[in-house]
Amino acid sequence: MVENSRVNAPERPVSAPAKPGPPLWLLLELTYRCPLHCVFCYNPTDFARTAAELDTDDWLRVLRQARALGAVQLGLSGGEPLTRDDLEPIVAEAHRLGFYTNLITSGVGLNEARLRALKEAGLDHIQLSFQDSTQQMNDFLSSTRTFDLKSTVAALIKQYDYPMVLNVVLHRLNIDHVEEILEMALRFGADYVELANTQYYGWAWHNREQLLPSRDQVERAEQTMKRFRERVGTRMQIYFVVPDYFERRPKACMNGLGSIFLTIAPDGTALPCHAARMLPGLEFPNVRDTSIEDIWYGSASFNHFRGEAWMKEPCRSCPEKTRDFGGCRCQAYLLTGNAANADPVCDLSPYHHLVTEAVARAERPLSKVPRLGPEEKPLVFRSERNSSRLFLKPDEN
Amino acid sequence: MNQPVVDAMSRPAVAHGFRLQWEAAQNAHVLLYPEGMIKLNTSAGEILKRCDGATTIADITVDLERAFAASGLSADVMRFVTFAVEKKWLKILA
Repeated sequence: MVENSRVNAPERPVSAPAKPGPPLWLLLELTYRCPLHCVFCYNPTDFARTAAELDTDDWLRVLRQARALGAVQLGLSGGEPLTRDDLEPIVAEAHRLGFYTNLITSGVGLNEARLRALKEAGLDHIQLSFQDSTQQMNDFLSSTRTFDLKSTVAALIKQYDYPMVLNVVLHRLNIDHVEEILEMALRFGADYVELANTQYYGWAWHNREQLLPSRDQVERAEQTMKRFRERVGTRMQIYFVVPDYFERRPKACMNGLGSIFLTIAPDGTALPCHAARMLPGLEFPNVRDTSIEDIWYGSASFNHFRGEAWMKEPCRSCPEKTRDFGGCRCQAYLLTGNAANADPVCDLSPYHHLVTEAVARAERPLSKVPRLGPEEKPLVFRSERNSSRLFLKPDEN
Repeated sequence: MNQPVVDAMSRPAVAHGFRLQWEAAQNAHVLLYPEGMIKLNTSAGEILKRCDGATTIADITVDLERAFAASGLSADVMRFVTFAVEKKWLKILA
């Protein structure tokens, strides 16, 4: 009777239809600017080269065109979307059009005046990220002093009667704190908690060796989460986004590229997933000069990974291809160099050893944090400076 | 936390944080909630859109039977409302 299309875990995978359905899910990455410097951010490491951000009218046009095609869930993300001073008019137009509006934020910049204005504009929901349950680790991982501020914002979100979703990205350095993280969420009165094991793209990919937990850590975290879930029942729903490196089958990433998700990057580039810009050989269209309808139904880059024609063995003849669509194209590209290969998380992939070797390396003892052991390379924090210094060629600076 | 008792005199309403709306592109009612969407079949949509917090389940049933020229729907309606309350889509007002 129901179809659940929650972003992270579609419960009822569907095979890619011949003619794609509408882009039900629209994610606007309004900006790459962010006051935080999280080591696990999925934004591209070379974001410093990104062209100028779209202006307000561009975003409003995107909203109208996407809604006309049937988009209904709207994520407003970034970077930190609150750094845009036109967030309120964008929310107001989205609400008027009938979107369910989700603000995905670090909370930095969310004071009471702004929260009230967003409420009046019709914002439906705020997802607030925390980096950890402790001030020390939260502030270390984001390279900021934001824990107390986030706690204040959490209280404001409740005061203004929003459903509260707390999102905590889990990795080697905080996954042992799952119990404390869940206690914190309960204290804040969260309705939903997303324990999102790190997905290794962007800055997280660069920092993968330091962030990948051991199998033992993952299993303990999952047990803790299950015990907690039994204890609190339905008053706080807990989502545990599976760390795919520890699985034998890949995630049905984006429910197949180009099936329901549409991301617009800060510079107007339209993407079938927020990490897809890295995929080589695809020219992604831009909303500055192409309509959402032409982008979604007509562009070569959005059609490229639809259906099964692009698949190679072992996916092509695999009965599970209609369930997981061969996994994640970006992960296949990052690990194997070819985006059409099976996601190497799959143990049928000839490259699966690349995943198991990474997991085996994660079995080394934990070094004290934040002081890293001498054998470990330093974490690289997401910042404009690091993006320019480390990931752009000299002539691009 | 115990589930509220659902009976014919209960007045269900769509729960806080959820929004029911008709989506022409999907030719269906959908229930929207934080970062998620449930596509409803016809009968689920017809029941939920009558859950306004003022109408009792008994009256919702009468209205549905009249609208669809049907009879004997009360068990189906009760079963769905109970399911939707368990899923937290609906809350019961007194």
